[in-house]
Amino acid sequence: MANESAAHADHVEPNYFAIMVVLTILTILEVMVPPLVSAKLTAGSLLVILAVAKALLVALYFMHLRFERPTLGVIALTPMIICVFLIIMLLPDLTSTTRTYTPVEPTAVSETADH
Amino acid sequence: MSEAVVDSHAHAQQPAESPVTPESWGKLGMWVFLAGDAMSFGGLLAGYGAIRASSPDWPNPLEALGIQLTAFMTFLLIVSSFTMVKALSAAKHNDLRNFRKFLLLTIIGGTIFLGLQAYEWTHLTHVGMTMSDNPWGAPLFGTTFYILTGFHGCHVFGGVVYLTCVLFAGMNGRFLGENSSPVEIVGLYWHFVDLVWILVFTFVYLL
Repeated sequence: MANESAAHADHVEPNYFAIMVVLTILTILEVMVPPLVSAKLTAGSLLVILAVAKALLVALYFMHLRFERPTLGVIALTPMIICVFLIIMLLPDLTSTTRTYTPVEPTAVSETADH
Repeated sequence: MSEAVVDSHAHAQQPAESPVTPESWGKLGMWVFLAGDAMSFGGLLAGYGAIRASSPDWPNPLEALGIQLTAFMTFLLIVSSFTMVKALSAAKHNDLRNFRKFLLLTIIGGTIFLGLQAYEWTHLTHVGMTMSDNPWGAPLFGTTFYILTGFHGCHVFGGVVYLTCVLFAGMNGRFLGENSSPVEIVGLYWHFVDLVWILVFTFVYLL
């Protein structure tokens, strides 16, 4: 167990500077997406992919998740799964709100009431 | 009988090693805390998405907020995450000078981020964006913006205080070598703050 711990702690250090440079480049790409890509769905998908890539780089290398035991990965993944469930559970509410939304014009009603 | 008592005391002083994080129990505690905190941010972001999707007159964040300043703030947090891992690396290699230097740079990065956020909020308040109203459209635009960025800003402030405590406590070299676990734990918190900002930047400012 002790040897395993020592081996675990002595993993090869990643090139942190290179990771910082990649994160900066991805941020620049993100900022360039909205003015260059006019299609909303394509721009949105690209931005989400870039954000997830950046978040993964931070978690795997800066937070050392890549070098940790798989059980710690399960702890880190749990809130993500719960958040996906939360979004799925919110979807029916969103669709019903969109279907029933009707703009009300109060002026027409008040005029008829006066006469 | 007395030997058994001595044995049980020795056992009590040396708790079993954490099966997930052999370095320390504190590290496991921080990961569990971060998992809970991630759900807080997840709930806020999901709520933001739901409100935004059901508001037909949601303003375009790119026009209302501007992204040059916040792109720089994102860069600042990325660099501060880099200086944080360098501080941990220095602590593990018994390099007290670089440990102090990189941890101080991380604290400075976090403080500048907070200053820029205060400047941004002040500017937005002056152009009429408050918690309940804004000049561009749906009133909840301002509400969700201030709650999400404010909740994150509180985390940055907490992180700066936490990092400063670790810097002062480790000034004399008590967190070097095998004792660097507290530096790793504060680093986990700081990287999480960076990770969350990456998502907030994308969903609130860019999308």
